Amino acid sequence: MSTLTTETTTTSATGGRPDGSLSARRSARGRAAVMRDSQRPAWKERPSALYQSVKAVILVLFSASILVPILLVVSTSLADDRQLAQAGGFVLWPERPTFKAYETIFAGPMVISSLGVSAFITIIGTVLALFVTITMAYATSRPVLFGRPVILAVLFTLLFAPGLIPSFLMIRQLGLLDSLWSLILPGIFGAFNFVVMRSFFMNIPAELIESARIDGASDWQILWRIVLPLSKAVIAVVGLFYAVAFWNSFFNALLYINDHAKWPIQLLLRNFVVQGSGAADGLGVSSVPPSQSIQMAVVVVALVPILLVYPFLQKHFTKGVLTGAVKG
Amino acid sequence: MTLTAQRKRPPSPSASARSDKKPFRVQLKQDRQMLLMMVPGILFLLLFFYLPILGNVIAFQDYQPFLGIKDSEWAGWQNFVDLFSNPDFLHALWNTLYLAAWQLVFLFPVPLVLALIVDSLMSMRIRRIFQSIAYLPHFLSWVLVIALFQQMLGGAGFINNTLRQFGLDAIPFMTNPDTFPVLVVAQMIWKDAGWAMIIFLAALASIDVSLYEAAAADGAGRWRRMWHITLPGLRPVIILLLILRIGDILSVGFEQFILQRDAVGAGAAEVLDTFTYYTGVVGGGWSSGAAAGLAKGVVSLVLIWAANALAHKFGEDGIFARKVR
Repeated sequence: MSTLTTETTTTSATGGRPDGSLSARRSARGRAAVMRDSQRPAWKERPSALYQSVKAVILVLFSASILVPILLVVSTSLADDRQLAQAGGFVLWPERPTFKAYETIFAGPMVISSLGVSAFITIIGTVLALFVTITMAYATSRPVLFGRPVILAVLFTLLFAPGLIPSFLMIRQLGLLDSLWSLILPGIFGAFNFVVMRSFFMNIPAELIESARIDGASDWQILWRIVLPLSKAVIAVVGLFYAVAFWNSFFNALLYINDHAKWPIQLLLRNFVVQGSGAADGLGVSSVPPSQSIQMAVVVVALVPILLVYPFLQKHFTKGVLTGAVKG
Repeated sequence: MTLTAQRKRPPSPSASARSDKKPFRVQLKQDRQMLLMMVPGILFLLLFFYLPILGNVIAFQDYQPFLGIKDSEWAGWQNFVDLFSNPDFLHALWNTLYLAAWQLVFLFPVPLVLALIVDSLMSMRIRRIFQSIAYLPHFLSWVLVIALFQQMLGGAGFINNTLRQFGLDAIPFMTNPDTFPVLVVAQMIWKDAGWAMIIFLAALASIDVSLYEAAAADGAGRWRRMWHITLPGLRPVIILLLILRIGDILSVGFEQFILQRDAVGAGAAEVLDTFTYYTGVVGGGWSSGAAAGLAKGVVSLVLIWAANALAHKFGEDGIFARKVR
């Protein structure tokens, strides 16, 4: 039973597949990429109009509450002075889009260096995290010496946290304060990702691995040549989860990093947008566009990478999450 | 939610060739590469989990950074005694419990309701679009979420701006300590309710449709079917999530509070975690900070254990299925 291909999820079937059995009426309406809708079964009564509209209102309000702020921020960051002055600070659609705010923030050193820091910790962190998680998950997915106690040691991390102060002292003891490694190392292993990965590996047939071993392959070779090529999907999911976590990490930087040149983008965002004062001064730029659009531009810069990977994430994560969650 | 995945499956015949009933030395030799693979992970666990746990001894010391753990003087339970007579700590504790109650009552049901609505949608297209939108905020950082909220609801934000243009007074959504719990819960719903829906949707999809059909044939209406089929079908998931929620209840949402503490003040936004941070790291009270952190960790562990035991009592699996290992 290969869990990653189970049908448990409704969202996993992304992408409209052309379906020949669709009614002619619908295709005549010219909708592209329709999925098979579930037909209302005969025993199910038609919901009342009131019930239908309450549902619709809830869904629309919830969606709007998510989309409108994002649209507002992106639009305002792109709006020119004149429109901003007219609208009094916010616009929902830039009439004459301009990249002035972006040119301004990228002219100073702070935003570029913080993006560099975030990119560095995200890339290096994700690679290391995948290495640690894959090796650990594979080794414990087979009946192996010390497998049980190691698994228990991992799972215990889900139940208890060592606490802020001891973690801080540990980082200081290791001499990692003000080093980018303090943002990477504490995040290179997560019990949840471990569980997802391990349950995937457990579903790889043991016969496959045994036959490779009989052919004389070592465990590393088996992992590299047989297991990993079969696990691309789960590696993508877990890798994206790690990458998003590294990109989003803020508190570790607040704790461990004092040097402004080593701030990741999230800390920059916090100090100049959330705390809000003197954005232009703090970013080391001269404020030609109104500070409003500069702030928005910083928000968008932190937001865009997530929006870019989101389609990939969305394609895979439901499977990934459910692999870990549904009893395997 | 996650631990149940560890349920042991019956070993396939060929797997047993590897383990079982060989002398330890032989097995060690046979497994050496596998054991080598565990080394990075074990190193990580030691360095960033288990050693820091031992570092909690400073909660029982009068820790001085320049003396280190070895030479600092022992204080016994004094730090804890001080803590529980410290009004700031008690205030943080009260705030934590108060906010936790808010979250439990108002946050927990939202994903369930959303999932029920989404599950009842007939159009796959609408369903997919809504899910795409609803999951998105989960992947945004708290900093970004607060920044977005500020741009919408802050003093100079969109809504207050609009209100002013119509000559109305601005509403201090983001800075009013009295309404802070509402704000916090709203932010959590905005960020994670959609995401939390996933697990309910999966559970809903696994309920046998013929049950509904049979009930409908017997004349059960929409609400009766929900009460007698849907909710019982979701019971294990609900209980599982509740347990996890309870184990996590003392961490009401750390980053959220640290980000907004300046705006609403410590009166409303000081929780156990921020207390630990400001007392320990910012204020240099390492030992009392550690004591607060340790107390929180231990109480959380006890809570999760108790909730799990309770779930077993009601015949549910909880997080650890009883016969796992």
